[in-house]
Amino acid sequence: MKILVGIKRVVDYNVRVRVKPDGSGVALDGVKMSINPFDEIALEEALRIRERNQATEVIVVAVGPEEVQTQLRSALAMGADRAILVKCDQPIEPQGVARALLAVIRQEQIGLAILGKQAIDDDAGQTGQMLAALWERPQVTFASKLELQAEKAQVTREVDSGLETLSIDLPAVITTDLRLNEPRYIKLPDIMKAKKKPLAVTDLAALGVNAMPQFRVVKTEPPVPRARGIMVKDVPELVAELRKRGVVS
Amino acid sequence: MSRVLVIADHDGHQLGSGCSRCVTAAAKLGAAELHVAVFAAAGGAIAAQAAELAGVSKVLVVERAENAHLLAAVLAPQVVKLAAGYDYVIGPANTFGKDLLPRVAALLGVGQVSDLMFVESAHRFRRPTYAGNAIVTIESPPEVKLVATIRTASFAAAGGGGSAPIEAASTDAVLPTHTRFVSINAAKSDRPELQSAKRVVSGGRALANSENFQLIYALADRLGAAVGASRAAVDAGYVPSDMQVGQTGKIIAPELYMAIGISGAIQHLTGIKDARTIVAINKDAEAPIFEVADVGLVGDLFKIVPELTALLSKASG
Repeated sequence: MKILVGIKRVVDYNVRVRVKPDGSGVALDGVKMSINPFDEIALEEALRIRERNQATEVIVVAVGPEEVQTQLRSALAMGADRAILVKCDQPIEPQGVARALLAVIRQEQIGLAILGKQAIDDDAGQTGQMLAALWERPQVTFASKLELQAEKAQVTREVDSGLETLSIDLPAVITTDLRLNEPRYIKLPDIMKAKKKPLAVTDLAALGVNAMPQFRVVKTEPPVPRARGIMVKDVPELVAELRKRGVVS
Repeated sequence: MSRVLVIADHDGHQLGSGCSRCVTAAAKLGAAELHVAVFAAAGGAIAAQAAELAGVSKVLVVERAENAHLLAAVLAPQVVKLAAGYDYVIGPANTFGKDLLPRVAALLGVGQVSDLMFVESAHRFRRPTYAGNAIVTIESPPEVKLVATIRTASFAAAGGGGSAPIEAASTDAVLPTHTRFVSINAAKSDRPELQSAKRVVSGGRALANSENFQLIYALADRLGAAVGASRAAVDAGYVPSDMQVGQTGKIIAPELYMAIGISGAIQHLTGIKDARTIVAINKDAEAPIFEVADVGLVGDLFKIVPELTALLSKASG
């Protein structure tokens, strides 16, 4: 079985993003870019499945501009077997990405697709579910435990009320939550090895995918800041302040 | 004037807290017809609760044995059939709506607005990106059916007192059998539900172990509060994952939020920004939590929290 893992290039999660003063977006010049953390978890899970001999190949796929090759090389260094870049220089919405991934899935005869549950830039959280819908296959979002059996999987997901377990037939789409696993660190020799791994470049047109955005982004603004608060020196003062504000009786 | 379909969240017995927030959002979308759809095996009691929400004009109940558990793959084809004739299909941005609505949108061949937080006009909305650090205003073409998840913390709960008619509805959707419910492991608690609680007390990594979280529970019980946690506390195994507050956990807007031993990573702050009053207790005076706190106290939580619980007890008792 081949596993597809979706990779998105995003602003590193440690970076404090700044909105451009003209409202045209977030400042990206000179900002550190990384693999979306949830996608790293997806890749780690795929690698573990392959290492248990339950998969033959792990293919990482990204949709985006040329620069995404950097993140795909990191994914190869982590252990993916090969990479596919679907070139797209325009902004693309999750539905477009899902269509592109589906085209690759059909070409490659993929048995399992593992994606992050959301990207930490647009926080949309849609691509996996849309892919599963278009593919007409099961989805398990927010996965925290994955057990593969022949043609099936049992997956536990983090839901608001606790942990829900589903049984699904393969092929399927899984989206990862934080506690599915802890991704491995990349070692230096692996970076060298990754340079020799195959990275194919295609584009939306070659895949026959139309990915015209539906939404128009009018402007981007920083959030309204909260008013500066006060510091109290001890517990009696804290309680007095909370009573004054009427939040405790 | 538009027609809005709200997909109700519920646990099989009770209407979820997200639904009434969605009803408020639907009203802001200019709903002339505001319908709530309840998918369940037996949805009568849930529908009755939805019918009481002010502003709802009709409740549709779709009862099928397959709807006993709210599986996105099973619900989505039914929602799509029901969605014909509506301008908007919305649901709460909790794990139910986040799972279901993108699947619905894709089947409809449209995009989705996730975490819709403000309605500027019928086709112009705001939503948070980058963990709430960049708010985008987006426009959707009026001729396209709009699918959205509603950021529940951004909308007040709808009032009660309504008496909308309840109608049985059915669809001829063909349902897949490739996805099966196995079990749910839900923590039973007498405390208020985290997402709708008026008061929330949260603990962080500084609690150091799960036993020490008793300090948080004791204070929460004193206040009648729900209990939350930072990602660090959940990752360390002090508390279960359903207690996580933040970008990838629950987004909440209580009247009082107490962050205890939580440093305040931006991913956590995005989950609490809409709280009316934020109280921070932390031994590190430089912790970023103090930048958003309305009232801050620097010190040792192991001394402060018991003292606070005792002082609140004494006053109220």
